[in-house]
Amino acid sequence: MASDTEFIKVVGVEKSFGDNKVLRGTNLNITRGETIVIIGRSGCGKSVLLKHMIGLLKPEKGKVFVGGTEVTALSHRGMFDLRQRFGMLFQSAALFDSLTVWENVGLGLIEHTDMDRDEIRSRASEKLALVGLKGVEDVKPAELSGGMKKRVGLARAIAMDPEIILYDEPTTGLDPIMADVINELICHLKDSLSITSVVVTHDMTSAYKIGDRIAMLYEGEIIYDGTPEEVRCCGHPVIQQFVEGRAEGPIHAL
Amino acid sequence: MNGFEYVGRYFTVTLADIGRVFMLLVDVFKTLPRAVRNTYLIVEQMMVIGVGSLPLVVVTSIFTGAVAAVQAAYQFQNYIPMRYLGTVIGKSVVIELGPVLTALVVGGRVGAAIAAELGTMKVTEQVDALETLAIDPLEYLVAPRFIAAIIMLPVITVFADFLAIMGGFVVAWAGMDVSAHTFFTGLKLFFHASDVYSGLIKAFFFGGIIATMGCYHGLNTKGGAEGVGIATMKAVVSSCLLILITDYILAAVLFRGVFMG
Repeated sequence: MASDTEFIKVVGVEKSFGDNKVLRGTNLNITRGETIVIIGRSGCGKSVLLKHMIGLLKPEKGKVFVGGTEVTALSHRGMFDLRQRFGMLFQSAALFDSLTVWENVGLGLIEHTDMDRDEIRSRASEKLALVGLKGVEDVKPAELSGGMKKRVGLARAIAMDPEIILYDEPTTGLDPIMADVINELICHLKDSLSITSVVVTHDMTSAYKIGDRIAMLYEGEIIYDGTPEEVRCCGHPVIQQFVEGRAEGPIHAL
Repeated sequence: MNGFEYVGRYFTVTLADIGRVFMLLVDVFKTLPRAVRNTYLIVEQMMVIGVGSLPLVVVTSIFTGAVAAVQAAYQFQNYIPMRYLGTVIGKSVVIELGPVLTALVVGGRVGAAIAAELGTMKVTEQVDALETLAIDPLEYLVAPRFIAAIIMLPVITVFADFLAIMGGFVVAWAGMDVSAHTFFTGLKLFFHASDVYSGLIKAFFFGGIIATMGCYHGLNTKGGAEGVGIATMKAVVSSCLLILITDYILAAVLFRGVFMG
């Protein structure tokens, strides 16, 4: 069994798309039960890193371990067993548009358990209530607003009571109040269920609020890794430019 | 890039595509034992692919039979007696026209629908979302469509065969003064049940082609709306071509001994 400080371990992962080297030997350790926020510019490979943890992408080089299991060496079936421990919220929510809201939330239960549909429906309603949605069980995702979709996505991610939740830009595209509701929810999930959370974002308000630790991904590598306080005070020019949101500095804006 | 390079690249890309299609098929076969348990998904797809295609197949087959009657009568001139009209229509419909035309129109309808649906799911990350829920897209999306298509294509081909023959009969009876007795005696004259079976075997393979091409191009969609359009087009074009090529191969296999004994 892996130690708790190396619950999720990313070792020297390299990944490119065509000529674009996105990850260039990324290393990262994530402790069990913590919320780590990965920050970085749009398109710097944050989501790509996240997708490596759950095996949606395979690295060209390097390894990923989750709870001592080498994700990168798993068989097709082994991968699906591992994924039952995960929940993931997608940037675009990625709801199944042919299913109703409650079927979206309950799909994992429908496929993986012997619970009957009424039970699953009430479980789905429970999770929807947790994210502040009531009475939308029977509508199709196309009829929901962006914020509601995101919350349904979150309800789906927690429906199977996962150990690890991966959030891909949970607050992007939401109004500031709804963004804070989501932040509160992420904190609540961590405190009440001791879930390990990996959050990818470029929303610094959210990062400071929810993160136990903040790591910055820049040019395919984690260049800094510390508590929100440390990040706020650190003198690293790249990080300062990013957290303060300035166009001038070591990071080329254009 | 000179001409040789262009041809060479096109050739290798095509070969790689063929390889990936076979790899997809192998992976789908591996999921079949688990996938057959999802009966509700299979039944849903059987409705879409089979029952949903019936109106289209009804119209296509009736007119196919009608045209076959007119064309056959024209070619008979006055040299061949009209009692062979039923024979010609029956043979050509069950061996060739029924299975192939059904597969082509269903391929256009269903292949496009599968590719567009899976393609949209792919580009909106719904396929990834399925995987994060520990649900195998091959088992949940591809296998039900594959199973439904190989079951339903032979079934609608039976309807198509029957309707095409009836279409031919109506034209012969109403337009050419061929009596029902003459037509059906002709139909039975050289009628072999094995002709029908070999037509249905073809339909079985055509069903597999339609679902495989739809799913393969759908799951390999790149980009956004444009990518979905390209995937849909490729699915329809490749399934139509493969249906015609496979038709030749199966004809060569099925009608050289195996079923003629």
